[in-house]
Amino acid sequence: MIKLALPTTEDEIRKLKVGDEVLLSGVIVTARDTAHKYMVEKRPDDIRDMLNGTVIYHCGPVMKQDDDGSWEVVAAGPTTSIREEIYQADVMEEYKVRGVIGKGGMGPKTLAGLKKTGAVYFHAIGGASQVLAQAVVRVPGVLKLEEFGVPEAFWSFEVKDFPVVVTMDSHGESLHDVIGAASEEKMKEILGSM
Amino acid sequence: MENLIGLDEEKLKSSFIELVRRTSSVLPDDVVAKIKEYQAKEKVGTRAASALDTIMENIKLAEDGSRPICQDTGTVIFDIYHPLGLRQSALETIIRSAVADATANHYLRPNVVDPLTGMSKFDNNGVGHPAIYLKQWDEDYLKVALVLKGGGCENVGTQYSLPNTGLKAGRDLDGIKKVCLDAVVKAQGRGCAPGVLGIGIGGDRAQGYTLSKKQLHRKLDDKNENPDLAELEEWLVEKANTLGIGPMGFGGGTTLLAVKAALMDRIPASYYVSVTYMCWAYRRRFMTVKNGNVEFD
Ligand code: SF4
Repeated sequence: MIKLALPTTEDEIRKLKVGDEVLLSGVIVTARDTAHKYMVEKRPDDIRDMLNGTVIYHCGPVMKQDDDGSWEVVAAGPTTSIREEIYQADVMEEYKVRGVIGKGGMGPKTLAGLKKTGAVYFHAIGGASQVLAQAVVRVPGVLKLEEFGVPEAFWSFEVKDFPVVVTMDSHGESLHDVIGAASEEKMKEILGSM
Repeated sequence: MENLIGLDEEKLKSSFIELVRRTSSVLPDDVVAKIKEYQAKEKVGTRAASALDTIMENIKLAEDGSRPICQDTGTVIFDIYHPLGLRQSALETIIRSAVADATANHYLRPNVVDPLTGMSKFDNNGVGHPAIYLKQWDEDYLKVALVLKGGGCENVGTQYSLPNTGLKAGRDLDGIKKVCLDAVVKAQGRGCAPGVLGIGIGGDRAQGYTLSKKQLHRKLDDKNENPDLAELEEWLVEKANTLGIGPMGFGGGTTLLAVKAALMDRIPASYYVSVTYMCWAYRRRFMTVKNGNVEFD
C-alpha cells in the first residue's frame, strides 16, 4: 500500500505504476458530466486553486445537510468514467490535475493525456459507496451547487486513506488493456480446445 | 379501506417499504456466503483480495446503517404472484406509493429520468418505473420478488443470435458456452465484477431477456434440475474464473460468483442466448403475505 498526500507533484505521480494500491489523503474534488463540459467550454478561473495538484473524483454523491448548514456524505461511490473521455485530457492539462478517480477505466485519449500531463487514473471499488463515504472526513466546500444540483456540483471532500488502485499510469500503461488482452487470449485457448 | 390479502392498504404499503429497505441495505445470505467463499480463495495481499475485503466491509456498513449498499439503487423490479381475486390496479397503486416513500427515506436514490427531456422524477415514479410484473397464480398467498438492478451491470448484459460465426458458436450447448464466455470477456470488470450471470436460452428477444432476469431470483447455491443446464452453469463459473479478470477487472480468480440458466422453446428460425449480468451488489429479496402475516426472506 502506498500512501499519497494531496495536493501532489508531477514527480510523485510519475513514480506510480499500473497495479499500485494507493491510499489517498487530502482534498479531492468531485466532477461529472455537467462539470466537465463546463470546464472545457467555459474555462472558469475560480476553480483553478481548488484543482491544482489534486485529483478529480467521478462521483455524484448523495449528500445530507445538517441543521447547522454543514454537509454530510450519505453515499459516495465512483461513477462510470468513460463518459468524460472527450473532456478528460484537456481538463487535466488546463487545470494541472494530477489524477482522476472513477470506475471502468478510460480510453486512448485520456491515456495519452496522462502521459503528457503527468497524471494517473485511480480505480475505486464500484459499489462501495459506504466504505468510500466513510473515508471522507470533512466537506470543506461546494461550488455550482445551485446551478448544477447535488450530484453534478463540484464538491470538495477531505479524505483520509481513500482506497484506490492505479489502473492507468503516466507511462502509457493501462491495466485494463493488459487484462483485457490476456483474458481474450485465455478465452481463445478455451474455445479452441472445445 | 380495501382489505388486500388480510392486510389493510396502509399495512401492505409499509410492508413494501420494509421490503425495499431490506433489499437496498442488506445483501442476501447466499450472496454474502459466496463472496466470502471466494474471498478465502484469493491470495492475501493481492489487489483481488483487497477489493473483496472492501466489498465485505461495505456490505457490513450498509447493513448496520440501513443505507444503500450501492448508491445506484438501479431499476426497481417487482415480480408479483398473487391469488385469484386480488385487484392488480390496487396493488400497483400501493407499490408506487411505497416506492415514493422509500425514496424519501433514502433507501432509494431518485433514479428515474425522462430520456428526451432529462427531467428527473424525484419519487422514482415514472413511465414504466418501478417495473411491476403481475401474475395470478393458484396459491392462496401473495409472493413478491424485488430486485434492484444496477445500471453499470445492466449495460454489459447482451444477447446473441446463434449461430455466431466469429466465435464458431453453433446451435447447441457448446455454442451457448462459447457466447456466454465471450460475454464475460467483453464485460471485463465494468459490471462491477465479481458478478452473476442469468442466462435465458430460446424464446423471442423479449422473452429471452425476461427469462434471463428471472434467474436472478434463484439462490446462488441451488442446483439446476436440468442436468445439461447444471453442467453449463458449472462449466461457465469454472472457466470464467480462469480468465484472470477478477474483482473490478483488477485481475484475480474471482470473476463470476455463479451462473443460473434456464430455457424455453424457440421457433425454428431463431436461437437466442440472452445474458443478464448482475454485479456483486446483488440486491434481491422476497416477501410473502398469507392470512395477514408478512414474511421476508
Ligand atoms: S454495477 Fe452494481 S455495484 Fe456497480 S455501480 Fe452499478 S449498481 Fe453499483
